[in-house]
Amino acid sequence: MVALKMFLASTFTALLLTNGIAGNSVTSDDLINNAKDFDKKEIVYSGEVIGDIMKRDEYAWINVSDGVNAIGVWATNEEADIIKFTGMYNYTGDVIEVTGIFNRACSEHGGDLDIHANKIEVTKKGHPNVAKINYLKIIISGFLLILAIAINIFILKKKL
Amino acid sequence: MQVEKNITIKIIGYYIGKIITVLGILQLLPLITSLIYREWTIVFNFTISMSISLIIGAVLVVTCNSGKKRKVDWSHGMIIAASSWFLGMLLCAIPYYISGNYLSYLDACFDVMSGFTTTGVILIQDLDHVSNGINMWRHFLTYLGGQGMIVLTLTFLVKSTSGSYKMYVGEGKDEKLLPNVISTARAIWYISVAYLVVGTLVLWIIGIIIGMPIDRAFLHGIWIFMAAWSTGGFAPQTQNILYYHSTWYEIATVVFFVIGSFNFALHYAVWNKNRKEIFKNIEIQSFTITATFLTLITIAGLIKLNVYPDFISIFRKGFYLLLSGHTTTGFMNIYAKQFFTEWGNIALVAVIVAMLIGGSAASTAGGFKGLRMGIIFKGFIRDIKRILLPESRIQIDKFHHISDVVLEEKHVRSAMFIVLAYIATFAVGTLGGVFFGYPLSSAAFESASVTGNVGLSIGITVASMPNTLKIIYIIIMWIARLEFMSVLALVAYAFFGVRKKWLR
Repeated sequence: MVALKMFLASTFTALLLTNGIAGNSVTSDDLINNAKDFDKKEIVYSGEVIGDIMKRDEYAWINVSDGVNAIGVWATNEEADIIKFTGMYNYTGDVIEVTGIFNRACSEHGGDLDIHANKIEVTKKGHPNVAKINYLKIIISGFLLILAIAINIFILKKKL
Repeated sequence: MQVEKNITIKIIGYYIGKIITVLGILQLLPLITSLIYREWTIVFNFTISMSISLIIGAVLVVTCNSGKKRKVDWSHGMIIAASSWFLGMLLCAIPYYISGNYLSYLDACFDVMSGFTTTGVILIQDLDHVSNGINMWRHFLTYLGGQGMIVLTLTFLVKSTSGSYKMYVGEGKDEKLLPNVISTARAIWYISVAYLVVGTLVLWIIGIIIGMPIDRAFLHGIWIFMAAWSTGGFAPQTQNILYYHSTWYEIATVVFFVIGSFNFALHYAVWNKNRKEIFKNIEIQSFTITATFLTLITIAGLIKLNVYPDFISIFRKGFYLLLSGHTTTGFMNIYAKQFFTEWGNIALVAVIVAMLIGGSAASTAGGFKGLRMGIIFKGFIRDIKRILLPESRIQIDKFHHISDVVLEEKHVRSAMFIVLAYIATFAVGTLGGVFFGYPLSSAAFESASVTGNVGLSIGITVASMPNTLKIIYIIIMWIARLEFMSVLALVAYAFFGVRKKWLR
């Protein structure tokens, strides 16, 4: 029975590694730590678009973070244009699902670890985040600022 | 005896107060950045932090004012340098911590020390969503640390030249570009600001060409230049330089961090049209030899393991990361884990050695420094010559650093002392890593990175690492950046103070 379980488990693992991981979302840690296993295979990777969408002729670089690492995705401008929000301060970026070919060391892009997208879907829309104003912080900062200015004026006047 | 002790405290307190006041004033830059981008919470965070620094600085200046006219001796200079860096760390961490980007105050202090010392390892959380104000402060701190906090204070707030040189040396710099140390401090800032303008412009243009919006390209340009010139290695995104996916961005940063790792005395000589100095200087010769040799080893290691598909990729990754380590910058165009999972031991050892050697003396770089490597090598050759040549023959050896200098025993001894101190510190850091369960090669890599104030990481430096190891790394970054003497003077002062009280 144990032998049968081991056989099934190893067969399943071998199938995963030889036939690609299409349909199964992988994390950035999976890709970076086991890059050789996923190299040149089709994968599905999800995460928040962060920073800038950098367009280069007909293609664009999109950096996608799953919260642990961000990975560069090389996509056509058409695919990139479906993204409306990118993550930065006060903004949560669109969460996208990228289906594409993973490259451990991409020969087209100087050895970068990247994903060449075949398909991009927005699975969750991004949005601006409004920071709440902390009135206690305003009062404390005002008080400290007045005190700091007063003492330093005293120092300047006394030429200390 | 008690009177003398009080005078010492007043002298130290007065100058630390001045330095802290400067740190408070400097927080206006991130505050204004936050105002421009309407990051209101961050504006108030910086107002609080700036006010605290200005109040503490002012209180020290007022209470220790009688120290102003006293003579600053060597021990004062050293203690002022070491304590102001430590106190500066505690105060500059306030906006980091109250911004909510750190899991603990210790983590915030770790990142400030990493910035001050131009190391570049980070514990910040969710860097991709950090405000422009905090990013400005992170990069400005590393720019400030590269030129030196005391250099800045001497430039603007200290009028008396008495004792200034001792504080300047305490900060790990000893080159006098001009006869007066305050003029030297000003020259260092003029050189750095001139490069800042040119470098930011270059990176701004490249940023726009590679598809960034105009304002973001400008901010990234100024931040990346500050980190490159200071050989700091901070970047505004988690992917570091990999974020830009651009060969041009990488080429520009290589140029800036290599120039930044050169001695300010060399910059000053070149500015005064003494261009031959570039080819004659012992540090440039030493750097060229070690960088070439170690690049070849790195490339050989990468080829042996077939890490990259073609020579361009091997060169782009191998050369960039080797130079990034050698200049103690720490910019990365691969993921930290890839060092461990893909690079193999040969390339890793080459990078570790490069990180330990470091850049030039009296520059923004860390490590043993090229000047010391050159002196030790010349001393070694001289000893071999002594064995081979007849005893009656008098051999005079020289090295060229701005002018020709006769190689003496004291030069070799002093260089050897600092190199041995670095190796001992590196060993302590490695042992610390191994003690907490990290593999030896990883512990050695991370230790070399913090000892050389580099910033390349193999993945040990994360917020979940043990607090004790964070403290060990903070101390290593601090002691290595100030080149041991200042921190040792501070420790000795504290030790003898406690001992006297104990004996009483």
